[in-house]
Amino acid sequence: MAHDHDHDHDDHEHGSELNEMQLRVRALETVLAEKGYFDPAAIDKIIEAYETKVGPHIGARVVAKAWSDPAFKRALIEDASKAVLPLGFLNRVGDHLIAVENTPKLHNMIVCTLCSCYPWEVLGLPPVWYKSAPYRSRAVIDPRGVLADFGVTLPAGADIRVWDSTAETRFIVLPMRPQRTAGWSEEKLAALVTRDSMIGTGLPKQPSEIA
Amino acid sequence: MDGIHDMGGMHGFGKVEPEPDEPVFHSQWEGRCLALNRAMGYTGVWTIDQTRAGIEELPPDVYLSSSYYKKWAVRLENLVVARGLADADEIKAGHALRPGKTLKRKLAAADVPNTLTRGSFARPAQAPARFKPGDRVRTKNIHPATHTRLPRYARGRTGVVEALRGCHVFPDTAALGKGEDPQWLYTVLFEGRELWGDSAEPSLKVSIEAFEPYLESA
Repeated sequence: MAHDHDHDHDDHEHGSELNEMQLRVRALETVLAEKGYFDPAAIDKIIEAYETKVGPHIGARVVAKAWSDPAFKRALIEDASKAVLPLGFLNRVGDHLIAVENTPKLHNMIVCTLCSCYPWEVLGLPPVWYKSAPYRSRAVIDPRGVLADFGVTLPAGADIRVWDSTAETRFIVLPMRPQRTAGWSEEKLAALVTRDSMIGTGLPKQPSEIA
Repeated sequence: MDGIHDMGGMHGFGKVEPEPDEPVFHSQWEGRCLALNRAMGYTGVWTIDQTRAGIEELPPDVYLSSSYYKKWAVRLENLVVARGLADADEIKAGHALRPGKTLKRKLAAADVPNTLTRGSFARPAQAPARFKPGDRVRTKNIHPATHTRLPRYARGRTGVVEALRGCHVFPDTAALGKGEDPQWLYTVLFEGRELWGDSAEPSLKVSIEAFEPYLESA
């Protein structure tokens, strides 16, 4: 088992399911490809895109730009889909992206209680916990308890607002810019922006954490 | 439908378990499963709402005991068989035993970059929006046996319209194959105590994205 890379990270399935699913998905792919329903090469291209191109580094650049450029930040809050488009991070962006801003008095958190809606274009594929029953059940009733699971305690005086993504609108949290980052480049600022800080289950890194 | 997927506010699922340095896919088959779902979605044989309904219709024990991508795999098997794109004996055999159907679209590798963006679900309105930001609204107490995007915890509750989000494909009809029936979409904000009673943190606020047919004036 030690030689099998898949097993090393496989905390949600037993080995038997892994083996069963490898065979089951291969059978389905073979049948559908033989039927001619897609170009078989497209499958590898899609996997490659999600493994190498689309991910939270895109959202981090959006946040860093919003921290650096007040006009961009206004445009992002006004209409995130429109604001992100000219940045050239992606060839297209979906229509319904909404950026919600954290302040000292308000902390935003994103969930999809019904399934797994998530802003793929700017954050990539959602992590397992985002799609899990514990997160989906508790985020709307006990968000502070969920934050505790992440080891996050909000500063006193910060209320919590939870956004349940129940339609095709997608949300990204614009976290607060950490202090002692005056004069930083967008690139350096982007290194502070974690995926979880853009979901609302985390906070950006502090400058000392990336020094 | 009032299914196991509608989890908001349920107890007993335990703590959230973040995974440090989580890989994009935990096993090779997960990536292939996601890509297969995307490629077959591209054919246009079913809509996104029908795929969501396909997950919700899994038996509750299967839903809870299957990993995320296993649910996607089972759903895709069910969809291709239900739509006559493949037969169960072929999936069992692992090979096509009969020719495929001719579909309206076929994903080519060169088109993949264009499929990484979600489609637009905005549509021209059939009528003016009934509500505006600031209006008090009550969600209807509905329990359709079919797909809906009004979660149970937010039914029969009073909130405030915070924003109008445009007019979109209505999932409740699209999932049934009864057309897009575009409806206005609103962000509706609720006080935590309206949803959860006195045990809720007093300052908690929760919003849903609610289609106009889910709402009435309050």
